[in-house]
This record gives sequence, structure tokens and C-alpha cells, in this order.
Amino acid sequence: MSSFDEVYFLFMDTNECIVSLQIDLTSHIVRVLCTLKVENLGPDVASEILLTFPNSQAMKLANLKTLYNEGKGKGSSAFNLLVSEVHPEGAPQEITFFSVSLRDRLEKGKSLILTVLAIFTHTLQPFPDEITQGDIQLVLYQDSAYFLSPYVVKSQTLNIMLPGGRVESYTKHPNGRIVDSAIKYGPFENLPPFSYSPIAVHYENNSPFVVAQELVREIEVSHWGSIQVTEQYNLVHKGATNKGGFSRLDYQARAYMGGKSSLRRLTARLPPRAHSVYYRDDIGNISTSHLWGDSRKTQLEIEPRFPMFGGWRTSFTIGYGLPLEDFLFVLEGRRFLNITLGSPVDEVVIDDLIVKVILPEGSKDISVSVPFPTKQWQETKYLHLDLVGRPVVVLEKTNVVPEHNIYFQVYYSFNNLSLLREPLMLILGFLFLFIACIVHVHADLSISKSSASYIAKLQWDEVQATVQRVQNIINKCLSIHEKLETSLQDLYRTGDVQSCKVARKTADGLLKELSKELKPLTIFLQSSPQAAQIWPKVDELVAKEKEMQEKLMQKHSAIVDCFEKKHSGRDIESRVAPYQQKLIALKQEIDDLLDFIDEI
Amino acid sequence: MAALGEAKPGGTLRHAFGGVLGFFILLLIGVLAFSIRLFSVIKYESVIHEFDPYFNYRVTQFLTKNGIYDFWNWFDDRTWYPLGRVIGGTVYPGLTLTAGTMWWVLHSLNVPLSVETVCVFTAPIFSANAAWATYLLTKEVKGTGAGLTAAALLAIVPSYISRSVAGSYDNEAVAIFALIFTFYLYIKTLNTGSLFYATLNALSYFYMVCSWGGYTFIINLIPMHVLLLIVTGRYSSRLYIAYAPLVILGTLLAALVPVVGFNALMTSEHFASFLVFIIIHVVALVHYIKGILSTKMYKVAITLVLSVGITVCAGFLAILVALVASSPTKGWSGRSLSLLDPTYASKYIPIIASVSEHQPPTWPSYFMDINVLAFLVPAGIIACFLPLSDASSFMVLYIVTSVYFSGVMVRLMLVLAPAACIMSGIALSEAFDVLTRSVKLQLAKLFQSLPAHSGDTTSESSTSPNDVAKVDKKVLIKTEDLKERSSKKNRKKDKETVENAPLKSRSEKRLMVLPLAPSAVAILLLVVLGSLYVIHCVWAAAEAYSAPSIVLTSRSHDGLHVFDDFREAYAWLGHNTNLDDKVASWWDYGYQTTAMANRTVIVDNNTWNNTHIATVGTAMSSPEKAAWDIFNSLDVKYVLVVFGGFVGYPSDDINKFLWMVRIGGGVFPHIKEPDYLRDGQYRIDSQATPTMLNCLMYKLSFYRFVETDGKGFDRVRRTEIGKKYFKLTHFEEVFTTHHWMVRIYKLKPPKNRMKGKSRKPKTSSKPSSTPRKEETYRKNPWQ
Repeated sequence: MSSFDEVYFLFMDTNECIVSLQIDLTSHIVRVLCTLKVENLGPDVASEILLTFPNSQAMKLANLKTLYNEGKGKGSSAFNLLVSEVHPEGAPQEITFFSVSLRDRLEKGKSLILTVLAIFTHTLQPFPDEITQGDIQLVLYQDSAYFLSPYVVKSQTLNIMLPGGRVESYTKHPNGRIVDSAIKYGPFENLPPFSYSPIAVHYENNSPFVVAQELVREIEVSHWGSIQVTEQYNLVHKGATNKGGFSRLDYQARAYMGGKSSLRRLTARLPPRAHSVYYRDDIGNISTSHLWGDSRKTQLEIEPRFPMFGGWRTSFTIGYGLPLEDFLFVLEGRRFLNITLGSPVDEVVIDDLIVKVILPEGSKDISVSVPFPTKQWQETKYLHLDLVGRPVVVLEKTNVVPEHNIYFQVYYSFNNLSLLREPLMLILGFLFLFIACIVHVHADLSISKSSASYIAKLQWDEVQATVQRVQNIINKCLSIHEKLETSLQDLYRTGDVQSCKVARKTADGLLKELSKELKPLTIFLQSSPQAAQIWPKVDELVAKEKEMQEKLMQKHSAIVDCFEKKHSGRDIESRVAPYQQKLIALKQEIDDLLDFIDEI
Repeated sequence: MAALGEAKPGGTLRHAFGGVLGFFILLLIGVLAFSIRLFSVIKYESVIHEFDPYFNYRVTQFLTKNGIYDFWNWFDDRTWYPLGRVIGGTVYPGLTLTAGTMWWVLHSLNVPLSVETVCVFTAPIFSANAAWATYLLTKEVKGTGAGLTAAALLAIVPSYISRSVAGSYDNEAVAIFALIFTFYLYIKTLNTGSLFYATLNALSYFYMVCSWGGYTFIINLIPMHVLLLIVTGRYSSRLYIAYAPLVILGTLLAALVPVVGFNALMTSEHFASFLVFIIIHVVALVHYIKGILSTKMYKVAITLVLSVGITVCAGFLAILVALVASSPTKGWSGRSLSLLDPTYASKYIPIIASVSEHQPPTWPSYFMDINVLAFLVPAGIIACFLPLSDASSFMVLYIVTSVYFSGVMVRLMLVLAPAACIMSGIALSEAFDVLTRSVKLQLAKLFQSLPAHSGDTTSESSTSPNDVAKVDKKVLIKTEDLKERSSKKNRKKDKETVENAPLKSRSEKRLMVLPLAPSAVAILLLVVLGSLYVIHCVWAAAEAYSAPSIVLTSRSHDGLHVFDDFREAYAWLGHNTNLDDKVASWWDYGYQTTAMANRTVIVDNNTWNNTHIATVGTAMSSPEKAAWDIFNSLDVKYVLVVFGGFVGYPSDDINKFLWMVRIGGGVFPHIKEPDYLRDGQYRIDSQATPTMLNCLMYKLSFYRFVETDGKGFDRVRRTEIGKKYFKLTHFEEVFTTHHWMVRIYKLKPPKNRMKGKSRKPKTSSKPSSTPRKEETYRKNPWQ
């Protein structure tokens, strides 16, 4: 690739340059670094300089950056210069022209030094294109030995850096030689414009050719305090295709057979303070990953589920959370998100990068600033109980290299109150639910207030209330009985007949009152048709209770009588015994009846 | 009794308080049931487990993507190649529709949960539902206390946990809830006689039919109970309302489910319900006639009806018997038959017998799965007889039948678990009731009499048990009286007996006052028992039942080691083979392959076609060339085997291999089991038979295995392998996972005949290859 050409547009023969060209072939991304010293020989002031590439290379050009170094030594500072594609008239069709706009015009006779970095992808061609697991990966690189330029090149050197290892062959050239793991060509002197001399290098390159055919990055901004990044990778190993299967034995046991060009692991450099990192694919978590972190970065080392050989594919998802305050800032009332665009994974070429920035619901006035041209559009996405949806800024860029991993900004305005919308919605929702429950329980929802069943229900409620009262009264009676019994026991113990009689008297009074209370209730129950089912039981209950009262009274008077007459204990027993038995039986029956009525 | 009097004024408040408390207890039980099942997510990850859940997950994905109509019409061509499978018509759709609906509701509320997440958490959610349904059911039988206890027990019962941990996305998870809820509605209808509940009951039964093949248990158990009630003279209009609508509506609804269809009418599993349906009508008619006729006329009528009825019934029976007898399996499906005759499967259907969960359980597995409940169940049964009501007799019947079924198949332990929980809940609740009451009463007495006279208290307390005993005897006599009376009158007043029953129990209960110290100790012991149960359940949930089985972990001295080989292999298949490639493996891995790798498989866990499975079994047990022919005729590109010998994973294909031989041999007789056994022993070491050492499964499992350690020591079988160095001629290894657990081979393309220059006499010489072809032709059904 590497043909670096400087063109001074209409003044083709008026510029002259000295070029030193360095091509880095160590990975599968080809980086061409070119230092140009351009001198203006023409009559006019130059404001731009032309760079040329053959079309075949220009298609694979991922990034072209031109730096202008001002000053020298320590005080130098580099500026990025604007580069744009141009189509000069009369220029050959096979060549693509780029124009570099200079910061300061280049006066006649002056010269300046430019540094041009061009990055190409998919240019290394595996040859042979099928290898077995044990083979090394050989690739072929083709380019021109001369710097392709519309200008006269006064002198030029070419230095191709290789990763080391075998060099199968390279184009011999009078000035070409191998030095260590580099091939040097040149210097060439006084080359006319558009000189071209094809060269090819066939060498060993075992770096895995990791290409993400598609990477979708979703950056979800939540003003509750975090940014959630999700990256979906669709990876393929674009190196020489594996043939003859994969033997785990060879891979594990024999280092020399281990598939040198296979992809074992990837390293992702995440921003510092990244948290909740996950690494998974469609079928679940992938357990082969490690995470380190310090204050400057978080490093995630991931292994795909299986080692990737040439031609193999895989897909996975990385996700992590970032603290909001590190990436979101406020500027003149608007907020802006400042975050990197590309993939955090090392040495990955991305064929198609789609970045989706999901802003909070209610964001307005959205604008994006990206340092290089991308396709942009907006979408709407519905998440977490959204009503109107969240605006999504989508950026798409093809042929992305790690050098593209730079910051971009999304500006938007957002009202903090919108944050409360969803919690409020939930609170209101539950409030209405509870209110509906309360209303349902307390309100009478029957449609017809005069229907038979409705009236029956009302009556039934009344009957139930009455029965409840009857029960209460009976229970009171029972407790009075209880008191009488205890008074008798006291009598046994102390022999105090008087207090026993007093207790009897109060009990009598109370019982009389209770029976008075009971009367209207029983009458009501008797008359009510709804109570027909219960009435016999209630009636029985009342009768039994009365009987029990009587028996108790009899027993009471009998015992008191005996005590007054000072009968012996055995005598009392024999007199009381029949009552006692009867009483227990009655008590039992009353309890049963109470239980039964309870259950209705 | 004083306590009773005092309690009444504050009754409503106490009632309300109790209600709120009960509500919160139930809520907590739900939370408990849900969260105890999350161990699998916390210890492993949120992932679908095992085999069948992967199929259900795939179906749910299809449903959410393509909608309900496409789902009913789904013909799946990615399985059972080349036959395919009609999924819509052969799957119980309840689970899928449930999860699909949940997903849809969440989705329409813009809650971005994936289908997988919803599927993973379906089972825990429905366990909470099942616990609540248990509460309702037990409450109908024995009251709130027993209900809460039973719900708490069910929430953590290991047997149910084993089937419903998060990720275990299987029919049973939903079906157990449906089962309990159907029973609850049946009992509720029986207790209230309300048509509303009867209709709900039919709908709930419909849901159960949608969810699980186990619905036949309901449709047989309920008729049995109805019959029991009729026979014991407990027929009532409530019973009629509980049963008749269920049969009519339930059968109609069941027939709507495609997988059941006319089976709801035609198969023997459902005949019991129709028979009882007829009987209950006869009985209802008899009751009606009895009501409108005088006694004399009634006697005449009854003879008439009986004679006519018997003839009609006999006619029906004859037709039924004839119909049933005409079908080869007597109208029963294989699984039902193996329930009735536990030896049936092992005799006739090896494919059912080969599944470990279809084996009879061992005693330890009862202890493992229901733990202390096994000891409490008898107490619960006794409690159900005191008094025996309609509802409690149902519970007794339920526990008895489910104990039988669980004894036949391990899997049906799951049906036993709710019954055991309910019984134990009743037992515990009754026990606590009695014990706490005795403690309370006697404590009260103790405090009352302590200040008065310490001497007297002893005499009193010594007399009081006497009193109690006396009264007890009396009551006993009385109840006997009652029984006699009721048995005399039971024709006329059968309702009375029902009413009397609870009265009787109350009276007895009230008088059952135990001495203070023993009851305190007993309470303590019960609490200890309960805590043992809880500890066991938590252990079972955390350690025993949470492993997703596609990811294995082992703890060694240097930390946790993860074996993620299955997914590694499936991911490789999914990404690096063609979309239309066919993968052959033993049927265990069929569902996972289609769901995770999205590749077409030959057989899968829906073992509907025995011949097809036998073909794969035959291929696996044949020598390489014959196997290649079979696989090639099935368009198979890749063969997947699971091999545990490298890391000691015991449930690998070599251990399952005898079933392949048996199933294969069942259809293709040239595969004979004795050929693979040396003196009746299954072995792979140097003593193994040549047939064994040359079969495809052996070769694919142990290919180049010896080179790992130089000896070829198999860590599962704990022996050195018999044949160590061999080459594969028709297959090539294309992938082996990190721990060698899954190995994938590719079928080599056939050799080019033009080229065949007799490098090997086997393949090149034409005249010899033709008869070979013919030979394999006979063996291979797919050519």
C-alpha cells in the first residue's frame, strides 16, 4: 500500500519531495507511515497537497491521517490536517486522489514536513489459503516499491517491517535487502511522477486475522447513575482457512502443532471503574475470562468458547456498566456524553460498526459530533415502562481500525424531572390497584338492588349478625356458670356459705338480664325465613343452655343445702353426682352446637 | 372456658389480625418458594437446564417470534431428519403458552426481558403459585393452620425443587401447580356445591391437560374418589355438581388440545371417568326417585331400575371391553401401561426403560426427595380419618395412589410430593394444635392455682386427667352410639353424618389435653424435626438439584473448575458448520443440538419413532464402514459423541452404549447384545469382545485417546482401554472440546472410484465392493 503520493494539483511538476516510507506488516492491519518533505518549486503559493493511492488500495483504506509538525525539537507540536477525497480533472482513473489542506500556505521555495499515516485492512492475502492445524500462516503482500506521487520524488526509501520468522520470498530489487526482520528498499533518486514498481513479499505472519464482521455497540445512558454498554461481536478469523479438522490433542499437547495462527484470547481495555462486566453469547455465560482493574483502566481478557482457526466464526456479547459522572458533563445547560466510539478490543478490524446511543426518555435537541464522517440517523427504543420511547442516535461506520477508537460527543438537553416519571407511574399504578381492592371489598357492586338473591343476601347478613349476638349471650351465660362453679369450689375449700349465696344471687340477676336480651333475638330468628336452616340449632342451643342453667342452679342449691346441713363429703358427692353428669353432657352439647353455628 | 368467653369481644380484631398475618405468611412462603430455587442462578448462571427444557425454550422462542397460529401449524424440519416432526400437534402447549404470555405481557409493558430470562424464571414463579394452591387445597380439607403448614412444606420440598429450579423449564414446573389447583377447585366445589367453582374446575383441568401428560392422574383419581363417596353412601348433590360438569366440560376442553384430541374420548386412560359418570347419574336418579315416591313404590322402582340399569351397564361394558380388547395395547399408552405393570417397560419398550427417571426409585431417594415428610405422612393419614370428611377422604386416596405411582417411576415422585406435603402439613398442624393447647391450658391453670394453694394444685392436676379420661370414655360411647344411629339412618340422613363428623372431632380434640412436660418436649422435638427438614431442603436445593447439567463444576484444591464443554461444542457447531448440515448423536443430545447449535438432528429426546432411534443405535454399534453407510444414507455430515473418560464424566455415551445396542437390536436383529459383552460383563478393556472394540462408538470415543497419557486410562471405567492405536478411515475428527467431553467427527466424502488404484484392496476392487454393498443394504433401512 504505501504508495504515498504527493501531488500538487495543477502544478504537477512544480513540487518536489523527499519521502521516507515505513510499512508495518507485523499484524493483519497494514500501517503505512510516511514522512514527506515537500518543497514548493512552482510559481504560486500552495494551499493543499495531493496524496494518491491506486484504487485497489484506496478501497481498503481505513484511515488516513496527516500530521503537520510545527517547529522542531522540543517545542514542536503536531496538528491534524484536513484530508478529503478529490477528483482532479485529467487525472488517471485508476488512481484515487486525496487533498491535504495546509494550515499555512506554502510559499514558493519553502518546504514543510508532513507525516502521513495510512491504515489498510484486508490487504494481506493468506497464501496458501488453506493450512492444517500444524502449519504456519504465510501471507502475501503486494505494493509498489516507489512512492506513488503526482510530484517528482527526489529521493525515497522504503522500509517494510515484518513480524519475524520465515520470509518465503520477496521481490528482488537492486536496492533491496533484508535486514533482521525488515526489508529495505532504496534509496531511489529522482523518480518521475506516478512511478510504479510492483513488489511482493511472501512471509510468515501468525497473528490471528481477527475481523468483526459486525459490531453493534449500545450505549444506554441512565440518569440514575450509570451508563450501560453492550457490545455484540460477530467475529471471524480471516487468515488461512483451517483444513483437515482440529485435533485437541495436538493443540493441547504439542506446542509446535498448536495452531500458531489461532486466536486464543482477546484483550479488551475498558475504561476505569467499569463494573458489572459480563461476557456471554446466545447460549449463556462464557466462563473463560479474566478481569483486572486499576485506577487507570480495566482490562478484560476473554477467550472465545473454542480456539479460533482460520475461517472459523464465533459471536459473543460483552457488557459493562460505567459510572455516569466520568462520561456525562453539562455544558451551557445542555448535557453531553463524551465516550469512545470504537471497540475496546485490541487489534480487531471492524467491517461494520454500528453505535447506538440510547438517551433517556424525554431528551431533546440532540446533536452529535464525530471527528470523521459516519452515517447517522435516529431511532426510538422502548425500554422499562417507557411511554414515548427513548431517542436513539445511531452511527454507522465501515472498515474501522483501532485508530478510530476516539472520543465522540452527543449533546442533548434533558429535564431532571423526567427522571421521576417512571417511579411515579409505578407508585400510581399500585395506588390505583390498592384503591380498586378497597373499593371492591367495601362497595356494593350488585347490579340489581331489588333482586331476590340480593335481598336474601342482606337478610342472611342480618341473620348472621343476630346469630353472632346469640352466641355472645350464650358465651356470657357460660362464663357466669363458670363463676358459679368456682364459687362452689371456694365453698368446698373455705366452707363460706354466705359468699356462695351472694355469688348465686348476682349470677341469677345477670342470667335473668341475659335471657331478656336473648328474647327479641330468638323471635327475630324464628320469624326470618333465611334463618330457617339455623333456627333449629339455635333453638336447641338456647334450650340446652336453659336446661344447663336449671341443672346448675339445682346443683348449686343442693350443695349449699348440704353444706348448711353439714352433710358428709360422700353424701354431697352422691347427691350431686347425677347433676354433675348431666351438666358435663349438656356442656358438651352446647360446645358442639356453638362450634357448629360458628362454622356456618 | 373462661378463655373462650374473653376471646369473643376481641374476636373481630383478632380475626382481622389473623387474616393479615396469614396473608403475609403466604406472601413470605411465595417468596421462599421463589428464592430457594434461585441457587442455580446464583451458583451457576441464568441458563436453561438439561435436555427437555431446551426444547421447550426453542418452542417458546418460535412462539414469541412467529405468533400463535404459526405455532399450531409448526412443522419442524430440523429434527428427526428426514421425517420431521409436527410440533404444534405433538407438544403439550401449556408451558410454552404460559411463558409466551408472560413474555408478551412484559413486552407490551416495555420491560426488556429476553425470552430466555422469562423461561428461566417460569418454574420458580409457578412454584410460588403451587405453594399458594396447596394452601387453598389444605385449607379446604383441614383449615387454615394446616394450609399454611402444608404450603410452607411444599415451598421447599426437594422433590419439587428438583424439577423447578430456575432454568428447569419443563412441563412439570407448571403442571404441579395446575394439578394442585384442580384438586383444590374440585374439593371447593365438593364443599360448596357451587357451579361457579365447578366451571373453574373444568378450566383448571383444561390448563392441566395443556401442560402435562400427567393429567390422566386427575381424570382417574377424581372418578375414584367419586366412586368411593358413592360406595360409602356419601352421595350428595354437591358431589354431582363437582363431578358431572368436570367430565363433560373437561373432556370437551381436553379434546381441544391438539396433542390429546380424540384420545380424550378413545383411550383407556379416560374410561374410568365415563364409567363413574354413568354410575353417578344412576345414583342421582335413584335419589330423585326416592324423593318423589313413597317407600313402597320406591322399593318397586328400585328393583326395576336396578335390573334395567344393570343390563344397560352390562351392555356398555361389553362394548367397551370389545373395543379395548381389539386394540393391541388394550388402549393404553406405553407409559401408562408401565405404571400399571411396572415390569412392562423393561420387557417390551427399552426406550422407556433406558431413561433413568423411568426407573423405580430406591429407598434413599424417598428420603432424599421428601425427607421427614415420609415419617409424617402416616400421622397425616390418621388425622384425615379424624373425622373422615369428603375432602379428607380425597386426600387419603390421593396419597395412597401417588405412593404407588412414585414406587413405579422415580419421576412420579413429583406427584407424591404435594400429597406428602399436605398430609404432613395436616399432621404437623394437628400435632401443634393439640400440644400448644395443652400447654396453654395447663399453663393457665398453673398460674391460676399457684398463688392459691400449692398443695391443692397437685391433687387437682392429678384428678383432672382422670376427669378427662372419664369424659373421653363417655364421648367414645356416645360417638359409637352416633355411628350406629347414623348407619341406620344413613339412607335418609346422610347429610347429618357429615355434619356430625366435625362435631365429633371437635369434642374429642378439645378434651385431648396432654400433660404439660411431655407436650412441651414434643413441641421442641417437632421444631427440631422441622428445622432438620429445612436444612435438608436448603442443602438439596443448593447442592443436589441446582446443577444445570450443561455446565459442570468441580472443586479441587486450586479452586473451582468449570467444564463448559457441551456449550463449547454446540457453539462450534452453530458457527462453523453449514446451516443445513445434519448432526447425528444419541437421542439425549438432540434437543440441545437443535436449540443451541441450530442444526438438524436425526433423533431427539421426543422418542416418538423407535425405528429411527434404533437406526442411530445400530450405526453406533456397527463397524466403521457400515456405520458410515447408514449415516451417509441419512445425509449426516457430523457425528457427535460424548466422552467422559478424559475427565471422569460418568454419564457419557460409552456408559449408555448398551442401550444403543439393545434399542438397535430390537429393530435390526443383526445387532446382538451378547456380542458386546464378555461373559455377561460390559467392558472396554483388553478383555472386551472384538465387536465392541470395532464398533463406531468405541472408535469415536477413544480415537487418539491413548496419546494423552500414553496408556489410555479411562477415568470413568477405571481401566485401560482395550484397543489403543487405531485409525479412522471413514470419519475425521473435526472438533474436540477442551476436556474432551464432546467429540465431533465429520464423515469423509466417499473415495473417488476413478482414482481407486488398489491402495487398499477393501475399497478399490469393484467386484468385491458390490456384494458388500448388498450386504449393507439389508442391514441399513435408509438406503
